[in-house]
Amino acid sequence: MNLNPKISRRSFIIGSAAVGSGLALGLRLPPFGPAVVRAADGSPEIGAWVVIRPDDTVVVRVVRSEMGQGTITGLAQLVAEELECNWSKIVIEYPTPGESVKRKRVWGDFSTGGSRGIRTSHDYVRKGGAAARMMLVQAAANQWGVPVSECSAANSVITHGPSKRRITYGKVAEAAARLEVPKDVKLKDPKAWKVIGKPMKRLDTANKVTGKQVYGFDLKLPGMLNAAIKECPVFGGKVKSFDAARVASLGGVKKVLQVGDTAVAVVAETWWQAKTALDQLPVVWDEGPNAKVSSASIAEQLKAGLDAEQAFVGNKEGDAKAALAAAAKKVEAVYAYPYQNHACMEPMNATARYTPDKCEVWVPTQDGEASFAAVLAASGLPADKCEVYKINLGGGFGRRGAFQDYVTQAVRIAKEMPGTPVKLLWSREEDMVQGRYHPVMQCKLVGGFDAGNNLTGLHMRLSGQSILAAVRPAIVEQQKGRDPLVFQGVADAGEHSIGYAFPSLLVDHAMRNPHVPPGFWRGVNINQNAVFIECFMDELAEAAGQDPVEFRRKFMAKYPRNLAALNAVAERIGWSKPAPAGMFRGVAQMKAFNSFVAAACEISVKDGNKVKVHRIVAATDCGYAVNPAQIERQVSGSFVYGLSALFMQECTVKDGAVEQKNFDTYQSMRIAQMPKVETIILQGGGDTWGGIGEPTICVAAPAVLNAFYKATGKRIRTVPLKNHGIELV
Amino acid sequence: MIRLTINGKTHNVDVDPNTPLLWAIREQVGLTGTKYGCGIAQCGACTVHIDGSPIRSCAIPAGAAAGRKITTIEGLASGGKLHKVQKAWIDHEVPQCGYCQAGMIMAAAALLQAKPRPSDADIDAAMTNICRCGTFQEVRKAIHAAAKA
Ligand code: FES
Ligand code: FES
Repeated sequence: MNLNPKISRRSFIIGSAAVGSGLALGLRLPPFGPAVVRAADGSPEIGAWVVIRPDDTVVVRVVRSEMGQGTITGLAQLVAEELECNWSKIVIEYPTPGESVKRKRVWGDFSTGGSRGIRTSHDYVRKGGAAARMMLVQAAANQWGVPVSECSAANSVITHGPSKRRITYGKVAEAAARLEVPKDVKLKDPKAWKVIGKPMKRLDTANKVTGKQVYGFDLKLPGMLNAAIKECPVFGGKVKSFDAARVASLGGVKKVLQVGDTAVAVVAETWWQAKTALDQLPVVWDEGPNAKVSSASIAEQLKAGLDAEQAFVGNKEGDAKAALAAAAKKVEAVYAYPYQNHACMEPMNATARYTPDKCEVWVPTQDGEASFAAVLAASGLPADKCEVYKINLGGGFGRRGAFQDYVTQAVRIAKEMPGTPVKLLWSREEDMVQGRYHPVMQCKLVGGFDAGNNLTGLHMRLSGQSILAAVRPAIVEQQKGRDPLVFQGVADAGEHSIGYAFPSLLVDHAMRNPHVPPGFWRGVNINQNAVFIECFMDELAEAAGQDPVEFRRKFMAKYPRNLAALNAVAERIGWSKPAPAGMFRGVAQMKAFNSFVAAACEISVKDGNKVKVHRIVAATDCGYAVNPAQIERQVSGSFVYGLSALFMQECTVKDGAVEQKNFDTYQSMRIAQMPKVETIILQGGGDTWGGIGEPTICVAAPAVLNAFYKATGKRIRTVPLKNHGIELV
Repeated sequence: MIRLTINGKTHNVDVDPNTPLLWAIREQVGLTGTKYGCGIAQCGACTVHIDGSPIRSCAIPAGAAAGRKITTIEGLASGGKLHKVQKAWIDHEVPQCGYCQAGMIMAAAALLQAKPRPSDADIDAAMTNICRCGTFQEVRKAIHAAAKA
């Protein structure tokens, strides 16, 4: 993959302040830029998205990041569908954020999170493919002197119908590049799709099985040194002092330095030397105001919010409080969800080379533009003197998008050694204690029934941490202190709206923000909200004396796509018939990232605490399925992430710092624990597409918890299950 | 100076013999296909073969591997032909991010060496690698396919 296409220079020199704030505000610059440009090898660009080489190679530009989710393949399918090109001739190229700035963000948003890769760019990338096809066909028609209406394109070949003359894309690319990019572009009817919707093979598999794939961790540059870093483990703390002399003469050590106010680093010839020296470096921390905080004190802080007067309303239907006051019977339960680390397989890293004239950074990032903004800020150089080269990611899951702390660190270190490229690698231990954690949340749910045992109202009180308050405070300020994102999956409207119409409902949030930095963790707030609402739905069903699926259906008439997903899994698992002997079933459903998802599982439990998840049937309605084979992989993979979190994972806090430092105390599922996952893909169509990478993650946990109750009669309301002595086997 | 025989080639490596083999392979020999994931023998990303057995290279000092036959992911294919496990991995599109896959493939290749027709239980016992992307369903299919190849 060419990571650094050279595109003819345009004269957009924008000051760093302007770009920085533009990126922060998500400024939308014009969608399409200047017309005729050349790629590094001189091949012409046919519109911004496609370059055609003389040998008919089709270079498709992708600015979203591939971190394993298959997005580059899906995006290439979208372009190829409209381009009518030969699929086997496609290669992918990442334009750089620096080029994007110069070309007024011609490729749009780089950010790869929120399961947005395909669903929010399908329209303009398909138009990019269609525009390129129109230009190529027009160029052929011009060359033959025939009306364009008599020409058609398929498989990278243009044919003139009446004369049967044929010419390949590579032969007319030069002429096509000189044409105006058409503005009025009509897209195919989805019924006519031939590439979209097919299980095309991923474009990036081969190098991943031979060791050739270069991740950020593997980068080599001439003259490069390696750095290891340690940031104050107590969040909010600082470096007080460190004794550089003690390690300065150890093998390979080149420099021992403070990085910002909060970290110390060692630069050495090899990373192992740097890490070895860092481990021996005496550091005194000023631990700051949070040095006494513990998991117990955080839990107390949240608990107080469960009954607090003040709370931000996320969803209100009727008067739930009055309904509960008048209820003949009430059901109440308190749930809790812990801090969790992303634990990407490849720890955080970035490589930087700084001179006063240029600052370059190589980084595995979910958002090239966020990395770019971090480079500008840390280097102090203007945009035209900065560049970011995206490099393959060993996982992302939300850690490598909004947060670019490792980029800032790498640039600060490189700035102390101008001209020398420095590769900063975090140890697993550093990665574990310097996370941007899945936030903590507690939830009190109260449901009320009338004398006829009909549900009359539900109050869902969330108490816990806001990600946006820490990461996007401007949004929270705009909302007068409210974080709209905490209501994911139970919101009143939008891509995370609730799929039930209750007689009355109140969902509100008492914001309690401990000092541990929160982040977007695959699925974000749907993880806890699905456990809260979908387990409590089972509790309510039991109180009503009804089957959990039947009970849910009663409130879903207005939500046909939620219902269709639920029905699909119920039918496939055989809900209407008894489970096989020794097996117990559970279900859950939710709308998330604009997809409608549901899961039904079958588990068995031995000795009351050894859980085997035999089978999970998962349905996802993402509107349009671009690559069903990759969707299946995302769904089953999301359950590995989600079930690891349910059973095994918690970051506990002691003396202000995270206690778990590696995979021995922060475990992750192995193959022996993997259930058989059957994926049902529904395609409800519609104008807005749904995401795939995250939505299904949230339905596995409540489905399993509901099945566990059936098996044992025990309602488990706090995650992870290891704290209850329950293991996944 | 220690002598490391990796993928049939002998390297005289100037490294503290206590350096984990993983880092000698990555930093001194320059083969970066073998990955670091934990450094404490938990994740398996660093799996190589030593005299045919799967070993977590982060947990063995380079000095202890001197003179033994080391194979890394770069040396698994032979004579330009992919190993049957690598082929099955491509056919079943196992990798997502791919970072854990070198270790996963080395563990699978060693398993098939020891047990040409592994049962699911054999796979469960031998494949203890962590994959945060969650590729296990495809890993299992691909191992069975490779066994039949
Ligand atoms: S790096 Fe060796 S087992 Fe994880
Ligand atoms: S494929 Fe990403 S960690 Fe396994």
